[in-house]
Amino acid sequence: MIRVENLVKRYDGITASNHLNCRFERGKVTVILGGSGSGKSTLLRQLTGLEKPDEGAVYIDGKDLTTLSRKELFEIRKKMGMLFQGSALFNYMTIFENIAFPLREHTKIADNIIKTIVTMKLEMVGLRGTEHLMPSQLSGGMMKRVGLARAVVMDPTVIFYDEPTSGLDPISTGVIGKLIQDLNKALNITSIVVSHDIDSCFKIADNIILLYYGEIIANGTVDEIRNSTDERVKQFIQGAPEGPIPFARTAKNYLDEILYD
Amino acid sequence: MTFKIKSRINDNIGMVMVEGEVDMFTSPDLRDKLLPFFKKKVKGIIVDLTGVSFMDSSGIATLVEGLQWSKKEKREFILTGLGANVLNALTLTKLNTVFSIKADTAGAYQELRGN
Repeated sequence: MIRVENLVKRYDGITASNHLNCRFERGKVTVILGGSGSGKSTLLRQLTGLEKPDEGAVYIDGKDLTTLSRKELFEIRKKMGMLFQGSALFNYMTIFENIAFPLREHTKIADNIIKTIVTMKLEMVGLRGTEHLMPSQLSGGMMKRVGLARAVVMDPTVIFYDEPTSGLDPISTGVIGKLIQDLNKALNITSIVVSHDIDSCFKIADNIILLYYGEIIANGTVDEIRNSTDERVKQFIQGAPEGPIPFARTAKNYLDEILYD
Repeated sequence: MTFKIKSRINDNIGMVMVEGEVDMFTSPDLRDKLLPFFKKKVKGIIVDLTGVSFMDSSGIATLVEGLQWSKKEKREFILTGLGANVLNALTLTKLNTVFSIKADTAGAYQELRGN
């Protein structure tokens, strides 16, 4: 389980995480939802310990990430799996070597055993038989699945998914969504999905955290979010261009800037 | 729980007793105990997992190597004392039906010795 307490992160005067409090439970898929610039990626970087917050704490199984040394962080990250937005496969390595990479980097496991582990992970994502191929020979959806096999190769207890369905066709989106749910249930892990794809989120999420300008404006089950009466939540779900969430985020008046700047 | 492993040969049967968590960092130790048995051509190997509280994919993959040896050499490779966690890990990798699994070590040993 991951618990975020009073998290604050500022960049050049912009508060990207504004006193966030939330939790990500084990065995559940929690989706962090929000528009561009709402602070999703910032929160993700704090959760993985890639950046230290200005204030607050991130507890993973009781340990505060923000107080850990570099070495301790390194250890804890071995138990974190990450599926990157663009799959982030090494394009000069075969599918086999891509998936085996974390094992070769972090463990002393023998080649023969690595081969079996990679086969087991490819079976999980339905891509056995692609071991010898290069990433460029796969479709975008298949690359995501290879990325997923690599994310789970160290048997993580937490998996982060950064925009797992962006750029995928509807069927591939469905496949990835189902894999996220199945893996979460089978491995009883903490699954954290960062996304702005409302439809697929509603299908896979147990809980949703909705961010808006660095603040949590809604936090609850899919039904709670769907039935929210908050105008900002309703606008986001319906994708309405007009509403309390403005199109432009600059504070300065347009004419003032053009005429007097 | 700390990881402990012991092995011995009785009546040309290789016995491995494992305790604790078999994960990415301890599974190489399990392999180190199994490899000499593969080479010595024992008539069978019994891996007692009674004390194992957790097993990850690398642990399962290490046991798979034992299974590969048993198929190739036509010898027995038996797992005993599996708890719910280990069974769950086997089921997850769809390998729960391919291993020879026995409830108790003593019984498995007597059976193998009689063969």
